[in-house]
Parts: sequence; C-alpha cells; structure tokens
Amino acid sequence: MDATGLTPLLALLVPLLGAAGVVVLRHRTPARELCAIVAGIAQLGLVATLVPTVRAGGTVSFTLSAFLPQASIALRADALGVVLAGTAAILWILTTLYAMGYLGTARDPALTRFHAYFCLTMAATVGVAFAANLLTLYIFYEALTFITYPLVTHAGTTEAARGGRRYLVYQLGAGIAFLFPAIVLTYLEAGTLDFVRGGSFEPGTGGALPVIIYVFFLLGIAKAALMPMHAWLPAAMVAPVPVSALLHAVAVVNVGVFSLLRVALDVYGLELIDTLDLNVLTLVITSITILVASIHALRMDNLKGILAYSTIGQLSYMILGMALLSPAGRTGAVLHLVGHSFSKITLFFAVGSLYVASHRTLASELRGIGRQMPWTTAAFAIGALSIIGLPPTVGFISKYFLFVGAVEARQWAVLVVLSVSTLLASGYYLRILRSALFDSPSYAAAGASSGLTYAPAVGERSALMLVPMLLTAAVALLLGVAPGLILDLIRMASG
Amino acid sequence: MNEISAVEQVGLPILSAIVFVPVVTMVAMAFLRGDRALRGVALAGALVVLGLSLLLVLEFERGTADFQFVEQRPWVETIGLSYHLAVDGVSVLFVPLTALLVVVVMVFSWSAVRHHAKAYLMAVLAFETAAMGVFTAVDLILFFVFWELMLIPTYVLIRVWGSGSGRGRAALRYVLSMLMGSAALLAGFILLGVSHRLAPGSEGTLSFDLMVLMESPPSPETQTAVFFLLAFAFALKAPMFPFHAWMPSALQEGSIGMAVFLAGLKMGVFGFLRLVVPLVPDAFATWSWLIALLGGAAVIYGALLALVQSDLRRLLAFASVSHVGLAMLGLSSLNAQGLQGALFMLVNLGLVSTALLLVAGFVHQRVGSTDLAALGGLARRTPALALFAMIASLGAIAVPGTSGFPGEFLVLLGAFRAHGWPAAIVVLTVILAAAFVLVFYERAFHGRIRSAVVESVTDLRRREMVIAGIVGIAILMFGLFPSGILSYTSASVDDLVSRLENSITVAAEK
Repeated sequence: MDATGLTPLLALLVPLLGAAGVVVLRHRTPARELCAIVAGIAQLGLVATLVPTVRAGGTVSFTLSAFLPQASIALRADALGVVLAGTAAILWILTTLYAMGYLGTARDPALTRFHAYFCLTMAATVGVAFAANLLTLYIFYEALTFITYPLVTHAGTTEAARGGRRYLVYQLGAGIAFLFPAIVLTYLEAGTLDFVRGGSFEPGTGGALPVIIYVFFLLGIAKAALMPMHAWLPAAMVAPVPVSALLHAVAVVNVGVFSLLRVALDVYGLELIDTLDLNVLTLVITSITILVASIHALRMDNLKGILAYSTIGQLSYMILGMALLSPAGRTGAVLHLVGHSFSKITLFFAVGSLYVASHRTLASELRGIGRQMPWTTAAFAIGALSIIGLPPTVGFISKYFLFVGAVEARQWAVLVVLSVSTLLASGYYLRILRSALFDSPSYAAAGASSGLTYAPAVGERSALMLVPMLLTAAVALLLGVAPGLILDLIRMASG
Repeated sequence: MNEISAVEQVGLPILSAIVFVPVVTMVAMAFLRGDRALRGVALAGALVVLGLSLLLVLEFERGTADFQFVEQRPWVETIGLSYHLAVDGVSVLFVPLTALLVVVVMVFSWSAVRHHAKAYLMAVLAFETAAMGVFTAVDLILFFVFWELMLIPTYVLIRVWGSGSGRGRAALRYVLSMLMGSAALLAGFILLGVSHRLAPGSEGTLSFDLMVLMESPPSPETQTAVFFLLAFAFALKAPMFPFHAWMPSALQEGSIGMAVFLAGLKMGVFGFLRLVVPLVPDAFATWSWLIALLGGAAVIYGALLALVQSDLRRLLAFASVSHVGLAMLGLSSLNAQGLQGALFMLVNLGLVSTALLLVAGFVHQRVGSTDLAALGGLARRTPALALFAMIASLGAIAVPGTSGFPGEFLVLLGAFRAHGWPAAIVVLTVILAAAFVLVFYERAFHGRIRSAVVESVTDLRRREMVIAGIVGIAILMFGLFPSGILSYTSASVDDLVSRLENSITVAAEK
C-alpha cells in the first residue's frame, strides 16, 4: 500500500520548529530544553503513526521538488526508514534530558546553540531515514555533517578545534571525492536514483563500473566508519558526552550504516551484489575493521577511546550482516542497529556520569567504583553485556541472528571473525567491570590523570542523568527478553 | 521560433519598462536634493524594477522555448536595425536576478557609500538599464549598444568608489580589456549580418535580428570566424582563463557594489548561451573541445590560486574564474544536462558571489580589512554575520541542499557523459578546492579573537539583516527546490541542444 502523505515531511519539520523554538526561548530555561523535548515527542508520535502502514509493507511518500527524471527531491517512509527515525527520536528525547543534567541549564548562549543544533541534527537524520532516493539522501547526509560540526567543537578548546577539523575533513572529503561521483555514476548507469527494493540497476548489469561505484560508496559513506575511513570517529571524541552519545549511537553512525544498507538493498539489490561478488569484498573489509578495531580497543585505557573503537567494530557487524545476504543475517543487521544504539548510548551515559561525579576518564581509574555509584555501574554492565552479545540483552539476540546468518550463508570464516571479536570485546569490557566491582577503590590512581590530590566524594549525582541511563539500559534488557516486540518491523525493514 | 507579444501576455511593454524605469528614476533624481530623498527615490526605482521582474517571472509561460514578452519596433530600417526585446528560458531568470542585486547593492551602500551618493546611485541605475538591456535585447546591434553602455558606469564605479589604492589602474585595465572585446564583438555581428544578406533566400536584406539569423546559420567558414570573434569578446567578459587578468584587481580595488555586478552577473557565459550557440552551432560544436580544454584549465588554475589567497576578495576573484571554467565545461558537453547545469550555475553564482561579497563588505566596514591576518574569532561578536557567511560558503562549495549543488551535479553529469573521466576529475578538483572558502570561513570567524578591532565589532544591523536574509534564503531555497529554476530553463535548453545535435549529425553525414 503506497500512499502519499504529509507525515514524513512533518516529522522533518517538527525538529526544525524545535530549533527555532530553542532560539526564541534562549533566555528562559528550562523552557528552552522543554521545547526541544516537546519537539522530540511530537516527532516520535509522527513516526509512530507510520508504524502500522510500514509494518504491512506500505510506504508514505511526499515529493518536494522535481530535479531530474527519476531523481526528484522526495521523501518516502518505509519500514527501514521508520526503524532509523524511531530509534533516533526516542534517543533524542533521552539524550536531551541527559544533557540537561550533564551540561546544566544555564542561560549560556553555547547551550542554546547546543540544543538548537541538536534539533537540526534530528531533522537531518529523519531526512536521511525518509529519503526516497540517493539524491535526497545525499542532501540530508551532508547536512548532517555540517550540523554536527559545531557540536563536536562545542568545548571551544584548541583540541576540540583540531578534532572538529579532522571530523569535517574526513566527512566532507569522502563525501565529495567518493559519494558524490558514486551518485552521479549510478544515475548514468542505472538511469534512476530512486530506491527500489531489490535494486534499481538493470538485472544482469555487469562490467567494472558497478564494482567501482560500489567501492566509491564504501569509501564515500565515511559515517559508517569502515576502515580506512574510520579515523574521524576517535577524533570526534573531543565532544562533550551527550554529543558523543548522539554521534555514536543516535545520528551520525546510524545514518552511515543506514545509507550503506540502502545502497545494498535498494540500489544494487542482493542478487546483483551476489553476482558481482561484492558481498565477498564487503565481508573482507568489515572483518578486517572488526578485528583491528577490537584490538585497538583492547589496548586503550581512555574510556571514550574504548567506546569509539568498539563502535567502529559494531558498525561493521551491521554491514557484515547485510553482506551475508541471508534473511537471518539481514535481520541481525537491522536489529543490531537498534540494539547497539540503546546499548552504546547507555555506556556513554554511564561514562559521562562517572566523569561528572569523579572527573575520571580512564578505565584504570574505575577500581571499586561499583560500590560508590551502583546504578551507573549496573547500567554500564548491561550496556557492556549487550555489546559483547551476552543474554539477556538485545545484543545477544542480534548476534544470534548474525551467527545464524553466517551459517546460512556458509561463511565459516565470518563465524571465526564473529567469535574472535566477541572474545576481544569480552576482554575490554569485562576487564573494566571486574575492576569496578571487585577491586578496592584507589584514589591515587584517580588523582594521576585528573590532578586531584584528595579523595573526591564520589556518588550518583543528578536524576536527570540517571533516569535516561536506566531507561536505555532497560530497553536493552527488554528487547533482549522480548525481541518479538519489534521483530516484525525489523524483518519488514530488512526483507 | 514563435514569438508571443508582451501586450498579449501582460498588457504592457514590460521589458521596456524594466529597462527604462531606472532611467526615469535617474531623471527624477537629477531634480532632487537631500541624502534621504535621493536614496529613497533610487531605492523606490530599483524596487519597482524588482516588482516588474517578479511579475515577468510569474507571467512567463514555462514549458515552451518560444520568445516571450516580445516588443518590436523598426529603428533604422535601411540597415536592418530594430528595437527588439524578448526573453526566453535562457534569459528570463537573469532579469529578476539583476533587479535583486541592484536592490541589494543599494541597501548595502546606504551606510557604506558616504561621498557623492547621488552620483553613485545614478551610476548603479545606469548599470541596471544597460544590464537589463543586454539580457533582453534580441537584436544584435541593440545588444551591442547596451553592452557598450555598461562600460561607463562600471568604470566610474571602480574608479571613484573603489576601496583600494590601485583602483584607478584597475578601472583602466578593465575598460581596455572590454574595449578589445567590443571591437571583436562588433566585427562578429557585422560579419553575421552581411553574410545573411549575401545568403540565397534573404533577398538582399540586412538583418541583425537573432530570430532571423538563427534560422539560417551561415557557411562553416563564416561560422568559424564569427565564433572566434564572439568567443574572444565573451571570454574576456566572463572572464575565462586565460583572459581573466582584469578580474582580481577589479574585485579587490573596486567598490563592493561593482564587485557584486562583476562577479554575480556572468554576462560572458550568458553571451555564449544567448548568441554563440544558436547563431553558430556548427562552429560551437566543432570547437567545443577547445572550450572544454580552456574551461578545465580555468577550473584548476582558479582553484589553485584561490587556495593561496589570504584576502577574501582576491580569493573570490579566483574562485570566480574557477567557477566560470566549470560552467564553460558544462556548455562544452553539448548535452542538455551540461547546458542546464551551466545555466543553473550562473543563477547560483549570482546569489553566492553576491552573498560572499556582502560578507566581504560587512567585514570590511567593521574591521577595515578583509585579510585573514586581521580577522579571527568574528563569530563570537557577530553570530548573524557568521551564519550568513556559513550559508554563503556552503553554497560556494556546492553542498547539497544549497543552490550550488544542482548546477554542479548537472555539469558533472553532462561533462562525464561527453568527456568521460578527465572531466569528472576536473569537476571534483573544483569542488574539493572550493573548500578554500570554508577554510577561510573557519579561520576568519572561529578561533580566538586576535585583535582589539574585532573585539569591539557589532553584528548586522536590521537593514543589513534584510538583504543578507533574502540572499541566504534564496541560496537554501533553490537547493531544495531546483525545479524553481529548471522549470523555467529546460524547454529553451532542450531547443538549444536540438540545434546542436542537428549540427553534429549534419557534420557526421558530411
């Protein structure tokens, strides 16, 4: 059932209105923050109204402007888009609450800018989610780059400027040098930029050009952080924690993976990917990315650094799941996108709480923190278990699908990669947990990095930070116990 | 080619009104005194022209390649001259663009131009008449008259109100360059007229009418001669590499108002589209490789030189050379996407160059310099100006969602189809190198405040906010709604392309 409707457009406009509201209410706090939250709730509501339609396989479209034949500027909500938009909307609301606790609600122009750009980020994310073709997707994809740049450099320090510049250079360079030509070449080769489930290329397309275009897509969509285009992600870690949470769980990286899923499912189609052996290429690149990123994470002590490399690896799981081409692999890929978002944002929230309470940023400083900050540690544990892929968390379910997918596809090497990387992930997360829970607190270690010479009073701080963190952790658990809640939608999105 | 008369379409000779309202305004101003009254009347005149051009755009019939709003009166019949104005999809958008830029320049000059304001405003209005004439004349000699008329106000605007110490030299260099081109232009036009008279079937009448001449292109030899004469003149005006020497000095030394017209209204490229392609299609198709080559060279040359500039206005001059090269590359691809893209780029450059020059002007007024050495950290004091500069920069580097994107997308599409990978690499160079604007933005507006002057600057005033807002919104609008431009241009571009394809097949058959 393909209908025309305004809902996708409204879901895009609501956060824009939210941004305007934030600017208008800049002198009134917390009305400013409430405005952003109301916009988030409205957006979530709009996305929710689309669920029944898309779960039945329908779409809702809206054309903004004609451009070229078969390449207009148009929106179209389908199951995959709703999954991305819905995840983003929920986490946006929670992250805004968390940010109120983390950054405070002072009448600081920097905070107004922060919340306004947060709103714009959501508009761009929904634009990508509901893009009806590559052209529209590219518009919002690049918009996201520019909108998130001021968020990365929020701190205003030299270090932030350097990290931000690297972020911009990678994103913009890859976008212009690879993604843009890939889109133009796709139009020349396929005659259309529209997303069509099963692929928009002529069946039986062969030759070198489709392969070149595909490689351009892999390189150009740097937001998916496939190696060698991953270095922006650790650099972007200079951002405040709520921003990192947004970049690494809600908006940017999900948009990257989502774009690659779109290219695979709706531009090439799984059949063509199979005949051109592009799945093998993808499996090799993602496997290397997963292993190298895991080893990096294992060697790091900085908590945000560990999370950054962990993210690089987890994103590749999703792309790898798609490249398995089997139904279970694809379901695992999309489910992992959702599950990872909730799990990783929990970890970021926890790390942020630790930082606010104790100014600790290193894994080795967390000895015995479990007794001082039990809730934060519990949330961290749930997030970590989910990322490792242990029951009863959503990470277990999605990884289970990925394993089944690998068996279905008879990709034994992939099974080995998945197993090894699971072990490595256990290594770097369980190490932290063990030390937090069972070692006795060591203030000397804490003082080493923060310059503190006294024992800080450490404990849970703000409910505004605690509640969102516990909620995301609860979702990671809930989806692990009852994945059936969203499995229909996920299957439709990946089918 | 069909013609729809203006009286049928809107009931008044709207193009004449657009061309001559500025003259009437000048006459009215001659009798006035007092700064406020003069500025008010001049702005009112410019707003009337803007209103008329918006009416023109609204009433314009899309989806046809016909010439519209036609006015034709005999002028000097013995030598075949007529007063003949009309617009089609190629030219119609330049009318509101010019009108908008004139309003923007006038509002900008409100506080920027303090001495001889009366003469300044009259020069701007004189320029408007000439520019509107160039965009709407379809008789070659009439076109030439307006083309030459532009010279005087331009010279004065650089010479008298320029901001640099070398403005006298820059103005002279500009005029000499243009005069060289004019001689070639006139020779080309006369050659066309005479060869038409000698052609069988013309019954010995002399005509300089575009409609007449484009129906019967001259012999290949004549076409080649005319092509090189016209191409020389338009390449100088564009300016196209390697004829660009006047551009950086004129932009740096001249007044901001004049710089807006010079960089924003790409009349040279317009000349190619309006006259060269329809009048000598065979020669254009034959020599398109040369245009592609020069265009490609210009793209890379301009981009590289822009990269090493520390002054915003010089940077813009070289960026402009680079972008003109890209538009020419689009033309040289001889297909609908390439031509469409070139035309779209021209409209976009009108907006983006204006925006960036306004930024340069605003910064110059406040800090007294547009050199990076004097800037840094501006955004802390001028958030609105920083936002406007950001939008302008994004438009200049053709970020999707801005008006820069559709044009460059189409040019890349067309150029790739025609020239393959080399063209693609050239196009990407320009976009990558265009990041220079972004680098400039970052250094000028972000980072720490380094000078006491920047510490005390004020943000945009309301008046400035209005023009910045209009231009900024236009840049974003046409990025998300490219059909707002394409629906006007596509029919005429398709007609041009069919003429070109015709000559390519004829050439192939021979």
